[in-house]
Amino acid sequence: MSYRIVGETGEWEVVVGLEVHAQVTSESKLFSGASTEFGGEPNSHVSLVDAAMPGMLPVINEHCIEQAVRTGLGLKAKVNLYSVFARKNYFYADLPQGYQISQFEFPIIGAGTVILDMPDGTTRNIGIERLHLEQDAGKSMHDQDPRRTFVDLNRSGVALMEIVSDPDMRSPEEAGIYVRKIRSIVRYLGTCDGNMEQGSMRADVNVSVRKPGDTELRTRCEIKNVNSVRFIMHAIEVEAQRQVEVWESGGQVEQQTRLFDPVKGETRAMRSKEFAHDYRYFPDPDLLPVKFNQEYVDGIAATLPELPDEKKQRYMADYNLSAYDAEVLVVDRETGGYFETVLGRGDKGKTRDAKLAANWVISNLFGALKAESKTITQSPVSADQLGQLLDLISDNTISGKIAKTVFEEMIATGKEPADIVAEKGLKQITDTGAIEAAVDDVIANSPEQVAQYQGGNEKIAGWFVGQVMKATQGKANPGMVNKLLKEKLSG
Amino acid sequence: MSLDRETVRRIAYLARIRVDEDRLDKIAGELDGILDWVEQLSEVDTDGVEPMTSVTELTSPHRVDVVTDGQCPDKVLANGFDTFDGFFTVPKVVE
Amino acid sequence: MSNTLTQLTIAQARDGLSNGDFSATELTQSCMDTYGAARKLNIYITETPELALEQAAASDARRAKGEALGSMDGIPIAMKDLFCTDGIQSTAGSHILEGFVPQYESTISQNLKDAGSVMLGKSNMDEFAMGSATTTSYYGNTVNPWQAASGPDAGKDLAPGGSSGGSASAVAARMCLGATGTDTGGSIRQPASFTGIVGLKPTYGRCSRWGCVAFASSLDQAGPMTRTVRDAAIMLGAMAGHDVKDSTSTPIETPDFEAVIDQGVKGLRVGIPKEYTAEGMPEEITSLWQRGAGWLREAGAEIVDVSLPHTKYALPTYYIVAPAEASSNLARYDGVRYGLRVEGNSLDEMYMNTRAEGFGEEVQRRVLIGTYVLSAGYYDAYYLQAQKVRTRIAEDFTKVFEDVDVLLTPTAPSPAFTLDAKMDPVTMYLNDIFTVPASLAGLPGISVPAGLSQHGLPLGLQLIAKPYDELTMLRTAEVIERFAGFDLPVFSGREA
Repeated sequence: MSYRIVGETGEWEVVVGLEVHAQVTSESKLFSGASTEFGGEPNSHVSLVDAAMPGMLPVINEHCIEQAVRTGLGLKAKVNLYSVFARKNYFYADLPQGYQISQFEFPIIGAGTVILDMPDGTTRNIGIERLHLEQDAGKSMHDQDPRRTFVDLNRSGVALMEIVSDPDMRSPEEAGIYVRKIRSIVRYLGTCDGNMEQGSMRADVNVSVRKPGDTELRTRCEIKNVNSVRFIMHAIEVEAQRQVEVWESGGQVEQQTRLFDPVKGETRAMRSKEFAHDYRYFPDPDLLPVKFNQEYVDGIAATLPELPDEKKQRYMADYNLSAYDAEVLVVDRETGGYFETVLGRGDKGKTRDAKLAANWVISNLFGALKAESKTITQSPVSADQLGQLLDLISDNTISGKIAKTVFEEMIATGKEPADIVAEKGLKQITDTGAIEAAVDDVIANSPEQVAQYQGGNEKIAGWFVGQVMKATQGKANPGMVNKLLKEKLSG
Repeated sequence: MSLDRETVRRIAYLARIRVDEDRLDKIAGELDGILDWVEQLSEVDTDGVEPMTSVTELTSPHRVDVVTDGQCPDKVLANGFDTFDGFFTVPKVVE
Repeated sequence: MSNTLTQLTIAQARDGLSNGDFSATELTQSCMDTYGAARKLNIYITETPELALEQAAASDARRAKGEALGSMDGIPIAMKDLFCTDGIQSTAGSHILEGFVPQYESTISQNLKDAGSVMLGKSNMDEFAMGSATTTSYYGNTVNPWQAASGPDAGKDLAPGGSSGGSASAVAARMCLGATGTDTGGSIRQPASFTGIVGLKPTYGRCSRWGCVAFASSLDQAGPMTRTVRDAAIMLGAMAGHDVKDSTSTPIETPDFEAVIDQGVKGLRVGIPKEYTAEGMPEEITSLWQRGAGWLREAGAEIVDVSLPHTKYALPTYYIVAPAEASSNLARYDGVRYGLRVEGNSLDEMYMNTRAEGFGEEVQRRVLIGTYVLSAGYYDAYYLQAQKVRTRIAEDFTKVFEDVDVLLTPTAPSPAFTLDAKMDPVTMYLNDIFTVPASLAGLPGISVPAGLSQHGLPLGLQLIAKPYDELTMLRTAEVIERFAGFDLPVFSGREA
């Protein structure tokens, strides 16, 4: 189903490209030895280089180069063995150098592809145009003082990766899935923490609209600095709507930079400048070109973890999981790792039942974590413990239903499942004699229901099962109960 | 090639240098003189020539990723103008 | 003004200090004693007498205790005000940095400190090193201690050249034993020629740029300004060295420059590039150049005519590349973190007021030119083409150096001109016509005083060598110096 905006003149298609700014995970800044730590006293994580004192010079942080290459490999993109840092010149209060060191003509990473898993089970390929490294700016605070803007340079010089997509997305939903996918990939790689609340990931969103079937792109607007997936999707929706209205009222969409106001749910043009920007990019003469060889890239490639796409394929192929289950489990490295530990090695070196393990992780564990607002790494039930619980089900120590009770207790107390079963006497009754006695008891006390059953109402069998389970506090093996009931009622 | 007042005004704004109206013509004339003179570079055949971006053949040296700097707000702010509570300040910006 | 101690070269003073003939404090005091009679020269933007005496006393104490001494221990020098010095105002000759007190020490000034030298003060210079006469300084122009003995300029105040004019005049007037300069397109060599001293621009990458206010990053190099070639070798040794804080600093050993300077030029091939002539260049400069070639031949070198065909394009190339880099390097002077602020009703207005008032005319001109050549639509035609021509210029040198060891040229197309000489910008730029090509190619160059003009003003000859081959350059320079027998007159003083 294609996303369409229905205007007065018919349907419109939305065209979206994203520039995702992802903060590189590193200890120190891209060109200085100051800390990248979030927060801190104003201007404390600032070196004289970051404050652009006269005569200060940048020196590249090698780890940031490695992180960019790693991300490039994760995006299945071309790694450029030669790249150049260039200056992007403009004046702003939080840009102390009067230029941002970025990459222009020769980015470190070239074209790549990101695969989106759509909810309907299909996939969409989104082209990556490039990834380049650049410095973050400082922070301006406009609302602290009636006549002044305050400037804190703690962010100034922190390394960012700008990941530029092709204009390949056609709906707010695709853009949302794309950003989540990028986030998932960089988190797998450990190159960015993907934390949008702290601003370690944000996006500039390029939006234009056109008539379905048109091949030419119309004028686009860039919505700057959108900092959540929800806002990105919302911004696209309202901006596309706005553009449709402009076109349909006979106007022209102007190429401009806009801001998204999530409270009002609208985009507005940034204060118009007297003259358009002219960034005057040129190679930074304080730095020499960055060159490395293929061995360096291969070395990094060898340390790359299995990425979500591959992991998903493996889960589907090896464990027969559905595409949906596999996707949910590969959302981040921790979830995949948890699942695989649950799967573990059961008795006799065999892995546990994958479908069962997946269900437990996705339905029970995720539900419990959500209720407690915890992440998987904070789970009160370890993957090993959940695995042991599954073993108790598989070896008929407890039923699936009792297992849920045990699991709730595990979430609440963090105790071992076997201990909970023992403590609460939840061990399943598999002794035929005991179950038979319970079955006989129920049949003897329920002449009416026996008559109904024998009169052809086989649906009532379920009622008998329930009664037997009740009598045994749910501990009877349900399979054995069924079998015995059937024999006795028919007999 | 000759610079007009509008171009000088635009460049001066990009460079954030206030140029009063009565100086525009004089500056345009001076810049024109310099540009006319450097124009001779167009005579040089540079087909297939790589632009020289750095003097040395070397590549950028790298730094290991450790925190070695910062935590010196006093030094950073020492020469600042109208600093307040650890912040630099500028005239209020309206976005 | 005769003061025996300040007549000494660095090498002589080093020996005198080590023999105990005098103390560093006496030497420093005698330098400071020259100031009064030389006020007119306007050498320093900031004098640091207390610091100088403190450093001199520390040097004397080290010597008395028999501690390890640096290569310039106790030697008083002037520091170009382009180098940031911890706790001492550093202005780059600009109003926009007036009152700026760095909280750090540039690598070059630190190296010289570590070598034991004594800093007398921060010497005057063209604003942001943009100029060839030290007339663009916000702090007034520096005057050349030399005066023409005859001719139309006789008795007039002359420019010391630039941009390192304060340093050049200080050394020439014997107010210090040596001084630091920086050279982007000739700012060490041309003033050295104008004031009759030795000025050396090392290979790009030899001296760290860290802490030195940037003019044009791909060209800026620090170097020594001294009265003799030996002194230049000593001082370069103290300044040079790899610096991990400057990505363009070359990881290469610093040789003992002084050790080789007596080795002569026997067997060396010296190139005479035919393109190094300028329209209207006085005949006396051409003949001095020929005389210089003759001396080297006599000393056993082989003189070879060579061609550097793109020489004439060097100056226009430089006047695109250097302003382009400067327009960006000077963007940080915005009235926020240091220096001057001129208020305005908005951020943009504050920027524009500050930079209009803070930058002088020449700096504004170059920032505007640099902005223009990088701007959309002009980048390819100007900046990119200039960088390609720069490649051609560097290739010329590479090719010539396959055949010769060192090149001999005039340093400047004229002797010192008067301070009130009216010149349009391009005419002023032509001063650097012979120094700019080596700058663009990153090669070492040295100006050695070689003779006098017909009106009695000093003239320098320039030597250009292969990258990192300052040794051959210094050996050759020493021969020129020896044959020229140039005699720097004792400055008689000129009070303000």
